[in-house]
Amino acid sequence: MSRVETAAAITVPPSLGALFVGFLSMSLFGFGGVLPWARRILVEQKRWMDADEFNEALSLCKVLPGPNIVNFAIIYGSRVHGPLGAIAALVALIAPSAVIVLAMGMAYQRFGYLPQVQNVVAALSAAAAGLVVAMAAKMATPLIGRPGPGPAVAVAVFVAVGVLRLPLPWVLAVALPASIALSWYVHR
Amino acid sequence: MKATDPLLALAGHFALISLLAVGGANAVLPEMHRQAVDVAGWMTDRQFSELFALAQVAPGPNVMIVTLVGYQVAGLTGALVATVAMCGPTCLFAYGVARLWDRFEGAHWRKVVQEGLVWVTVGLIAASALVLTDGAATSWRMVVVTLVTAAVCCWTQINPLWALGGAALLGAAGLLG
Repeated sequence: MSRVETAAAITVPPSLGALFVGFLSMSLFGFGGVLPWARRILVEQKRWMDADEFNEALSLCKVLPGPNIVNFAIIYGSRVHGPLGAIAALVALIAPSAVIVLAMGMAYQRFGYLPQVQNVVAALSAAAAGLVVAMAAKMATPLIGRPGPGPAVAVAVFVAVGVLRLPLPWVLAVALPASIALSWYVHR
Repeated sequence: MKATDPLLALAGHFALISLLAVGGANAVLPEMHRQAVDVAGWMTDRQFSELFALAQVAPGPNVMIVTLVGYQVAGLTGALVATVAMCGPTCLFAYGVARLWDRFEGAHWRKVVQEGLVWVTVGLIAASALVLTDGAATSWRMVVVTLVTAAVCCWTQINPLWALGGAALLGAAGLLG
């Protein structure tokens, strides 16, 4: 299957400094989760990777153990700048936000009982969920026209994990071999 | 070996569950909860829920709940130990796999595997969207906040921070209850 050729497919890898700043900003913007911001910054704003490359890198992160976005930093950072790139992306992602979350944790211990604080936390959670909804839509949209059994796999995984809330390891144990086998059958 | 040393317990626990965290940090939340509340007695059920909400809302990766649990158990040292234990081993593993993966760029089998993985990933992200929306939907107003934010991200070039800021203001004013 050929890639969808668009203007956005022309991508330029960042310098080491730009890589650090990119992962720093996605981390600091990442209220309620970093992945939607990773896509926005890497694909839509900086054009360091195209939509297909993002989906592929992210799917590798999903099947590797560990936090997805942390794996993403390692994979993308090492791809453009080797070990140094991996470390730069990782530190930019983790260190500043760890300091902030600790400060928030300390503040919450003192002020968390206030109803205003609880209202803000609830409202941000709802908005953050919207970011993930949008990201799912954006990831799925360019894939919809493509032939093969892929969409059925995506829907089955969505129902199993999202609706039925089946344990993830079991779903992956079934879905990954099945999806790869279907892909092999289509491409044989 | 001091089995009761909280730092050792943190390091061992988070290193172990990081290896089980296929699909992301939120996939091992139930296991984290079991260890922190039921097995080790580090905190109450309610405290764990609050730390989870904080980690969700704070900027940065959601894995920061690990940092907060470590802080709760053993202060700043605990925060550091828990974070490194959760991220260190899997980072090395991811690095090795990434190098191997890039070496087979263009190989037919890689294309086949990749396409199989992508569809599962799209399903998983859609499932996360549903689970998060469901968890945040404490009132119909909250559902509207979620849908408006999603629409802004999908169909406009407006920075999503405006949607997050607007939601926070409405929440602070008590208009979303």
